[in-house]
Amino acid sequence: MGVNPEIAGRVYPPSPAYEVGREKIREFADAINSSDPVHRDPEAARALGYPDVIAPPTLAVIIAQRSERQLFSDPNAGIDYTRLVHGEERFVHHRPIVAGDVLIATLSVDKVGTAGKHGMVTTRVEIADEKGEPVSTVTSTVVIRGAEESS
Amino acid sequence: MTAISRPGFDTVAVGDELPAVSYPVARFDLIRYAGASGDFNVIHWNERFATAVGLPNVIAHGMFTMATGGRFVSDWAGDPGAILEYGVRFTNMVPVPDDDQGATIEVTGRITAKDDTARTATVLLSAASAGQKVLGKAVAVVRLP
Repeated sequence: MGVNPEIAGRVYPPSPAYEVGREKIREFADAINSSDPVHRDPEAARALGYPDVIAPPTLAVIIAQRSERQLFSDPNAGIDYTRLVHGEERFVHHRPIVAGDVLIATLSVDKVGTAGKHGMVTTRVEIADEKGEPVSTVTSTVVIRGAEESS
Repeated sequence: MTAISRPGFDTVAVGDELPAVSYPVARFDLIRYAGASGDFNVIHWNERFATAVGLPNVIAHGMFTMATGGRFVSDWAGDPGAILEYGVRFTNMVPVPDDDQGATIEVTGRITAKDDTARTATVLLSAASAGQKVLGKAVAVVRLP
C-alpha cells in the first residue's frame, strides 16, 4: 500500500471548462449561510466594482476537487480514497470568481510524503479563465491513513 | 451579520481583535452543504455509517468549517472579494449530533500584520467547537479600502 512517490511533479491534463452561474453562486452562499448581497444581487456586486455577482472565497474548492479526482482515481497513484482525510486547504485568489466565468483547472502533484504510517499528498490546482489569465490557485493536502496495526 | 461600516486600512492596527461570532451547525446545514458542494461523503450525513467507521457522530465537512471562517472574515471586511488569500489546517472534527442544538463553531480573529504597499491586513483566525480547536494555522489576507 501507500502512495506512489513517482507521481510527485506530475501535471494532469486540464479539466473540462466549468461555467460559473449566478444560481450556483447563490446556492453555495446559502449553503455556507452567507447572506451577503454581493453573492445574489448584480447591482450590489457592481457597487463594489465587480462585473457581476462574485463567489464566496471557498467556492473554488468545487472546481479544484473535480480536478483532484483525476489523481485519486489514477490507479498509478496508489491512493485509497476511502482512507483519505483532508489535512490542509489554501486559496490564493488572483481575482474573485464572477458569474459568467468559464474556468479551466489544471492539477499538479506538488509533494508526496509520509508522516509515520500515513501517506501525504499536496496538490495544486491552477484555475484560469478562457484567456488563460490566472483566477485562483488552490493548494490541498490530504492524508491517506495507514492501516491500523492489528494486534 | 453584515458589518455596519467597513473597516479601513488606516483604521485597523496590528493586534486588533475581530468581534467573536458563534455559528450554529445543524444536520440540515451539512445536507445542504453536501448538495451545493457536491461532496457527498457518507460520513457527513449518515450517522449509522459514521459511527460504524469509528467516528463519534456525523461530522461537518472540513470545507464547511473553513467556509464559516471565511464568512467570519468577509462579514467583517464587508466584501468577500477582498479575501486575497485564505488557508487552514484541519485539526479536529466537528461532530454534529441530530438534536435541537447541533454543534457550534466559535470563531475569533486577530490582525497579525499589515502591508502598507498592498494595503492588506493579515487575520489569524481561531475556530473551536466543543472546546476543541478545529482550524489551525488559519490565516486570511484581506485587502482593505
